[in-house]
Amino acid sequence: MGYLRGFAVTFRQIFQRPVTTPYLIGKGPKAPKPERLHGRHVLNRYEDGMEKCIGCELCAGVCPARCIYVRGADNPPTDPVSPGERYGYVYEINYLRCIHCDLCVEACPTEAITETKLFEFSFTSRADAIYTKDELLVDEAGMPKHLPWEDWRPGEEEFTSGWVRATAPAGDASYEGRVGWSGELGFGVRAPEGDQESRDASGSAGRAS
Amino acid sequence: MSAPFAGSLLVGQTGDPLLFSVDAVAVGIVILKVLVIFALLLVATMFMVWFERKLISDMQNRIGPNLAGPFGILQTLADGIKFFFKEDVIPDKSQRKVFILAPYLAFVPAFLLFAVVPFGGDFNGGNDGMVTIFGRDTYLQLADPPIGVLFILAMSSLAVYGAMLAGWSSGSKYPLLGSVRASAQMVSYEAALGLSAAAVVLVTGTLSTHSMVTSQAGDGPWGVLPNWGILLTLGVPFVIFVIAGTAELNRPPFDLVEAEQELVGGFHTEYSSIRFALFFLAEFMNTITMSAIFVTLFLGGPSGPAFFGPGWMWGVIWFLAKVFIFLFMFVWFRATLPRMRYDQLMDLGWKVLIPLALGWFLVLASLEVADARQWNRWVVGAIAAVVLVGGAALLRKSVRSGAALRAEEVLD
Repeated sequence: MGYLRGFAVTFRQIFQRPVTTPYLIGKGPKAPKPERLHGRHVLNRYEDGMEKCIGCELCAGVCPARCIYVRGADNPPTDPVSPGERYGYVYEINYLRCIHCDLCVEACPTEAITETKLFEFSFTSRADAIYTKDELLVDEAGMPKHLPWEDWRPGEEEFTSGWVRATAPAGDASYEGRVGWSGELGFGVRAPEGDQESRDASGSAGRAS
Repeated sequence: MSAPFAGSLLVGQTGDPLLFSVDAVAVGIVILKVLVIFALLLVATMFMVWFERKLISDMQNRIGPNLAGPFGILQTLADGIKFFFKEDVIPDKSQRKVFILAPYLAFVPAFLLFAVVPFGGDFNGGNDGMVTIFGRDTYLQLADPPIGVLFILAMSSLAVYGAMLAGWSSGSKYPLLGSVRASAQMVSYEAALGLSAAAVVLVTGTLSTHSMVTSQAGDGPWGVLPNWGILLTLGVPFVIFVIAGTAELNRPPFDLVEAEQELVGGFHTEYSSIRFALFFLAEFMNTITMSAIFVTLFLGGPSGPAFFGPGWMWGVIWFLAKVFIFLFMFVWFRATLPRMRYDQLMDLGWKVLIPLALGWFLVLASLEVADARQWNRWVVGAIAAVVLVGGAALLRKSVRSGAALRAEEVLD
């Protein structure tokens, strides 16, 4: 009666511990997040305060959810916003549509857009759901702005998502593990990750949580 | 023909003794029963949705709803309130009137079905399930028409209209596909459902659900087993009824009607807000009523031994316990079995379940005749079994050769 074995399998699961962990609600600390978690985006600056975004709209083009709206404009010669020729004049992300796939981060040629690990942002209106450039841009210290409906805890700004880009800068498998990114979130240059083979060998590739 | 039937209904020789003489108290008791059943059924549906979500997450190593109330038991209530406040969209291309009517066609039969289900009462020692409310003798069941089983079949086929019209009136392709599947599936499995219910009618000798429970309450084979329909019909109609009932409910593994991967939501894709909630409610309520019908037909309904306290209470307890088994079974099916392919579904219905139900019905009928004529049961049973097996072999042969012919045509 091979048909009935499946029933035994599902029945046995009732008595096993669930794999899912309940999310911590209320006053307690947040649950630790996986290293590669994708949270809300930030628009970064260079160390001198210039914006990294050059208004190329590659992020908007690659976005599968069509949630990014960018308009570029020429930099004013007297007071340039970005070091390039153009800058992001309008930059909006609609978080009702965003699926946090991080393709925009991978597409960005200047690493202007990256993601934090914050996903505790429950806005209550559609207007709040559309993050404008002001809201996305990091402040002078390179830290993400804290909006009223976002639940930031001390030290959380330092968690960024850089891991996807650490695997293959151009989507080429031979580049796997060669780190192409420099300072995310305006924190200066990070120590590059070792490539995947050496990390696998040393066994230190485990999850942060 | 109609005169004795109408006479018995009016004079009240059979059925609920409450209605032998209709007065204000009787009407009051009936209204009370309606209210209690309505409320209990809604609460039970709420519980069922929660139970299904919780149990299936246990079976999938998940946690399930855990925020609204203790163990998330109020999750359904929260969802229901949310449905009320959602925007109610009626598509431009829909057939407006039918589109509005369809959810009620799914919802109302789900309620009506429960009216003929006996859900309590003391059936021990020839008590006949009678209880006394406000000094009046009555059954713990809303109505006991002499055609109870036919009413059940009629209501369950009426539910097809809800699914069919909903899909057709949506003016959209996926709902239409879903409703075409729904009508074909439910009509096909209705036959197997009816034939296996007829087997119980045959052995208990009544169409009334109450008399059916009364006849199942006595001592069964060899004096130790209960006199339940599942044993009297030798099991097979029960299995057929469970399979056909699952198909009738469009529950997994027969949920092709709303196969999410293929049809978005099936016939209710275009529905939103409270209209969708009605479909949702009807689906889960049908699950409960269908379990109650399993219990009534095959597991002796509310009959069972009473230990202490009032006997009618034990009837309710036994009824709930038996229904719970089937609710568990439905969730277990859903967690375990993958969805069937459409041609497999039709093959199972037409080539296996209907012939088997019909054949088994004939075997049971021949046994009844043998008892009536005082022939040897075992000889008659053996002959009937041989005929059944022979018929099955013939059917198999014809199906095979038909398939081979079709294959040749395709090759040509």
